[in-house]
Amino acid sequence: MTLPLVEQFQYGLDAPICLTWELTYACNLSCVHCLSSSGRRDPRELSTAECKAVIDELERMQVFYVNIGGGEPTVRPDFWELVDYATAHHVGVKFSTNGVKITPSVAQRLAQSDYVDVQISLDGATADVNDAVRGTGSYATALRAMENLAAAGFKGFKISVVVTRHNAGQLDDFKAIADRYGAQLRLTRLRPSGRGADVWDELHPTAAQQRQLYDWLVAHGENVLTGDSFFHLAAYGESLPGLNLCGAGRVVCLIDPVGDVYACPFAIHDNFLAGNVRSLGGFTTVWRESELFADLRHPQTSGACTSCSAFDSCRGGCMAAKFFTGLPLDGPDPECVKGHGAQALSTVDGGVTPRPSGDHSHRRVALSIGRRPPDRACDESPLAGLAR
Amino acid sequence: MSTETAFDLDAPWQIHPQVSVRPERFGALLYHFGTRRLSFLKSPALLNVVRELDTASSARAACTTAGIAAAELPSYQGALATLARSQMIRARSES
Repeated sequence: MTLPLVEQFQYGLDAPICLTWELTYACNLSCVHCLSSSGRRDPRELSTAECKAVIDELERMQVFYVNIGGGEPTVRPDFWELVDYATAHHVGVKFSTNGVKITPSVAQRLAQSDYVDVQISLDGATADVNDAVRGTGSYATALRAMENLAAAGFKGFKISVVVTRHNAGQLDDFKAIADRYGAQLRLTRLRPSGRGADVWDELHPTAAQQRQLYDWLVAHGENVLTGDSFFHLAAYGESLPGLNLCGAGRVVCLIDPVGDVYACPFAIHDNFLAGNVRSLGGFTTVWRESELFADLRHPQTSGACTSCSAFDSCRGGCMAAKFFTGLPLDGPDPECVKGHGAQALSTVDGGVTPRPSGDHSHRRVALSIGRRPPDRACDESPLAGLAR
Repeated sequence: MSTETAFDLDAPWQIHPQVSVRPERFGALLYHFGTRRLSFLKSPALLNVVRELDTASSARAACTTAGIAAAELPSYQGALATLARSQMIRARSES
């Protein structure tokens, strides 16, 4: 054995270990922290045939599974067709959903496949906390989906929670919900990406909550998944289960609904755009030959962090979190447990933080109903009085 | 924390049928579609051993075919025990 695995992974792999594929920007919800600023479908989204061609490539590259998300992926009319196509081609599917389409019959179908895993998003253990972030009625929708999956005998589906200031005190309650449905809890980090940039300041956990979260995760070990999301917390001491490195462009990446390939799901910005699956050579060429990914696979400069005693554990934290909070990439993570991030943030000019490249949010059309009475009682034309 | 279960080198073993193996420069990636867990083989030599399991009469024979020296056997036994615990490999019933 030569280098430890983490060192090996820093130089990248011939194919990603897994990748995130957002199938559509369309979504029935408008979560305030949506990573991909989803809402409306993009007219340029990949067609069914194009999606199948990507799956063919993933099969050739031996990508074991894809994390399908969105938007709400199940609202694509060809969603189930693509899931079936992927599993028939030895590409496992784990998809994230708010649960809107997980009816009893869909749940039955899902329970029968070893190659499909489901992840229901829930951002509060109670309706009030959840719905404040994900929208009115979304808690009920998610719980109904969980009931349907459990009733169908689907064991070990995932309940995925983005940890915020408002739900950080509910970790035991989330675990109880997961246990009730025979599901597995997955906690992930709130990223200042997409619409998340607008709410990060008020929603990201406090330093004290971060510490409690870390202790809770250490106590629960491998029974609670984290998607390697909290490796910056390793600076507290013991590492959490997982690879504990930034996998962007090295072992993971994102394919967005229009086929753009980004270094990671939290970095939808031109600076992290490696190419497009529609270009010559497809995804394989982007993964293996893009200049951006080649750069990311070189040892990164980590500035002042290099001299920190915790650097070997946290490796400077999350690239996307730094980028979208306006911090330099070769400095501390905004949520650095040593407090260096908070200090660095205090010097950032809020007006210059980078904005995500796309915004597919539902348009908030300002509907105002004219309350002005007609100028004269006999004015029947709807335009009366508006002539000026 | 975990109690070491003895790994029987003299029994026949196989890669779990739900496991997919992807060779890599450092060894290999293993993914179990049933448990949805990922594992790593940290050397090409270990990959060779694992690949021999399906046809070898025993794990010990697989190690021999893969060119593992007797002195190295204990460490391979340990690695195989770990793979067995995570169900990446399983005992093969002789039929």
